[in-house]
Amino acid sequence: MSDSTASSKAGSASARSAAAELYTDPRGFGATVWSWITTVDHKRIGIMYASAALFFLLIGGAEALLMRIQLAVPQNDFVDAETFNQLFTMHGTTMIFLVAMPMAVAFFNYIVPLQIGARDVAFPRLNALSFWVFLFGGLYLNSSFLFNAAPNASWVGYANLTSTQFSPGPNVDFWVIGLSIVGVSSLVGAINFITTIINLRAPGLTLMRLPLFTWMTFVTSWILVTAIPVIAVALIFLAADRFFATNFFVPTAGGDPVLWQHLFWIFGHPEVYILILPSFGIMSEVVSTFSRKPLFGYPVVVYAGILIGFIGWGVWSHHMFTTGLGPIADSFFVVSTMIIAIPTGVKIFNWLATMWGGSIRFTSAMLFAIGLLAIFTVGGLSGIMHASAPVDLQQHDSYFVVAHFHYTIVGGAMTGLFAGFYYWFPKVTGRLMSEALGKLHFWTFLIGFNLTFFPMHFAGLFGMPRRVFTYPAELNVAEYNMASTIGAFIFGLSSLIFLWNLWRSSLKGKPAGANPWGAPSLEWSTSSPPPHYNFAEIPEVKSRDPLWTSDVPPEKPLAHDEEPLMPSPSFWPILTAFGISLTWILVMTRIWWVPLIGLALTAICIYSWAFQPEFREATQEQG
Amino acid sequence: MSLRRNKPGERGQRFLNPVNFLVPILSLFVVACGGDHPQSTIDPATSDFGPAIQDLYLTVFWWAMLILAVVWLVLAYILIRYRSRPGDPEPKQTHGHLGLEIGWTIAAAIVVVVITIPTIRTVFRTQAPAGPGALIVEVVGHQWWWEFRYPAEGVVTANELRLPVGRTVELQMTSADVIHSFWIPRFGGKRDLNPWVREPDDRGPRINRLTFTVEETGVYLGQCAEYCGLAHGLMGMRAIVETEADFQTWVQSMQSSPVPETGTQADRGREAFMTSTCIACHSIAGTNARGVLGPSLTRLGARTTIGAGLLDNTPENVAAWIRNPAEFKPGVKMPGVSEGGGGLPPTGLSEEQIEAIAAYLSSLR
Repeated sequence: MSDSTASSKAGSASARSAAAELYTDPRGFGATVWSWITTVDHKRIGIMYASAALFFLLIGGAEALLMRIQLAVPQNDFVDAETFNQLFTMHGTTMIFLVAMPMAVAFFNYIVPLQIGARDVAFPRLNALSFWVFLFGGLYLNSSFLFNAAPNASWVGYANLTSTQFSPGPNVDFWVIGLSIVGVSSLVGAINFITTIINLRAPGLTLMRLPLFTWMTFVTSWILVTAIPVIAVALIFLAADRFFATNFFVPTAGGDPVLWQHLFWIFGHPEVYILILPSFGIMSEVVSTFSRKPLFGYPVVVYAGILIGFIGWGVWSHHMFTTGLGPIADSFFVVSTMIIAIPTGVKIFNWLATMWGGSIRFTSAMLFAIGLLAIFTVGGLSGIMHASAPVDLQQHDSYFVVAHFHYTIVGGAMTGLFAGFYYWFPKVTGRLMSEALGKLHFWTFLIGFNLTFFPMHFAGLFGMPRRVFTYPAELNVAEYNMASTIGAFIFGLSSLIFLWNLWRSSLKGKPAGANPWGAPSLEWSTSSPPPHYNFAEIPEVKSRDPLWTSDVPPEKPLAHDEEPLMPSPSFWPILTAFGISLTWILVMTRIWWVPLIGLALTAICIYSWAFQPEFREATQEQG
Repeated sequence: MSLRRNKPGERGQRFLNPVNFLVPILSLFVVACGGDHPQSTIDPATSDFGPAIQDLYLTVFWWAMLILAVVWLVLAYILIRYRSRPGDPEPKQTHGHLGLEIGWTIAAAIVVVVITIPTIRTVFRTQAPAGPGALIVEVVGHQWWWEFRYPAEGVVTANELRLPVGRTVELQMTSADVIHSFWIPRFGGKRDLNPWVREPDDRGPRINRLTFTVEETGVYLGQCAEYCGLAHGLMGMRAIVETEADFQTWVQSMQSSPVPETGTQADRGREAFMTSTCIACHSIAGTNARGVLGPSLTRLGARTTIGAGLLDNTPENVAAWIRNPAEFKPGVKMPGVSEGGGGLPPTGLSEEQIEAIAAYLSSLR
């Protein structure tokens, strides 16, 4: 270990070599790869989550562009119906489960332990398991393209279209198994973050002093822990119908396809808040930092987030106003949906009030936060329109709804995540992102996004249903569709600018220093990038914005022999993730004992994992 | 159960129609999009269902615009007024204001109540049962076509719904396979067709209903609004609304079928049709063709389109469809001349037979 001690001393000299030291292994490429696949460091896992999510973003974005080419003109034959159905199914599934969720989880991973003054998450190895399960599930789902059998029953997978009678091919098998695997990842991760936030906060960091992003991570994790089991039940029913000939959703055998809709949306609506709340958290921090003012009405913003988390459970059937549940059920879900609009609106007013009287710096991060405020409000208000059940009878499953949820999920969740990237990139890499490219990204995004999705409101109002692979010229919606297609390509270009900026700035950006924005929360007290143990000394917190109001001493680098003992790398998480994925994938064989092979592998891995000590001083390998 | 004041031809409150304002705005950066929108959701042709939705939509729309204007104006003011300037002192560190918080919570709650009350009234009014004397039509969804049955009139037809003007209609809707959704936007909103094997006199909860009274004669476009598999995008339909007298004439005509003169091409087509696999799935009133799996072809010649709104109804198109329906509609369950379909072998019909059958079907008018 003597050589790594030497490099540790050299590495503490500057942020630049610290980054090189943290993320590459001095012993060469193979060792670097090995150190990443066995890592249990929450920061490395966060970087891997973000990289994987950006990779899937490229895939999902390419799918969107292919769809937009097909829909640019009426009666187009650029792709056929089957291909189009696969594209929109995979676009929705990818963007929700493989992009928006893991991108938020990337920030949970990297930022939350730093914000609460912890050295890692509560279960570092489980954290690695979450990532690998997610990655395997996502790759497996996308591997279906290689067999020309990508899922084609839409991202909501309504029964009984997904039954073997109406979807005999392997397409829906890929979907049900892929989502089941990815669900394991979300569940494990959520339990980890709940435990971390409850147990590992720095001394003095009470719940009502937590940064808003950590708060929203906490709420989101609770929603995940309670919502994922519901979709798991639905997926297991569906898997049983398809693989073992049960009839949960088969109407001719007494099953009920509407049951799927209830189960899916009892998960699906909380899922919307799983997507948006992390961005609301990022938003709260970015607005406060760049206005140089504490968040206005902190307790109200926190309670509004919790309230949204709770009420989010009682609104699911507003996705089902056309299902025919009757006027009493419809009215109930109208009222609950209207109620949930109140805390959402309150958050918007609190952000405005935070900026009021501030000293606003228009950094790229702040521009995206302002963009969220302006664009998400449009999506929220069109949401009120279809919360009104009779109005929804016209708008449901039309392009109006496609416009609405892109204004919330892209205009809200993704815009917030972009803000997060610009905000925390210096902390992760020790370098500043290019502000010029960041502003170019913002303006091309703003134009491309609105040009893509605003005309969809009109296409929908003029009667264009969603999920159609083509449309007749007589609907007279061609111009709106052409505008959307042009906008989509501008949007695509803006995303490439963003990726280029990430890549280039990580290599050539200006050194950032510990706290380039003058931000108030704990993650900015340690160096950029933080040492693998995060904090030499766990800081003591005396107020809500510790770096603004009280003295948290700047981080002092430690000599190697003074470093705290950190959890050791382990290859059991990735092997266990492989076992879990394999178990599900082997279900495709439809032979009852074959999945047991995967299950046996999983059992062996868990057993070995359990008997591997978490801290192994002798094998401590990180510099 | 007329809900509102609209007389035929007068589509009140047009000046409030938001699209009339926003299209010019949009056309600043998009090509102007004028002209007719035959499937528009904001141009109701009924006296009850459609206008009830339209009124509510406008109420919510203008509240939403008001809120959006407030948020955007405040935001714009803040961005201009409070942008950072060199040498700014540290801003006053305020943490909140209870009065303001309570104020905007209550304001949001009031807007919500103002929207919710008319919403719930409309929910109940638009789902009220049709009164006596309503025309009952049973709608059955199929992958990817529509079956319309008129039980009292003893009529079965497909893809083109005929309705009398000014008479209340109750659609009773189920599906024969997967979930579909009936949507003719100018009549009002959509409602799903859930899979259900309907027994005689079944009034059970699985049968979804839509009730409305159309006030203008004409042709109305609609299509399936719930993703139902491969050719979901090609599951169109038309409603033809005509005077009561014309409707009754049509009902009469649907009881039987004209028989072509012996020796004509149409007669040879009838012969070919009745002796091939066509009759396994299709029915033609008054003949031996009594299949129930495919759309009824009774008076096919009187329809404007074939293939669920896909092709104009000409003998050439009918022949092309018989030759290879999958060319026009992927996944179609009807076999072609050389390709099987829906579990059935290829029909193997000769070109002469195909043209004769097309002539026969077109003669059924």
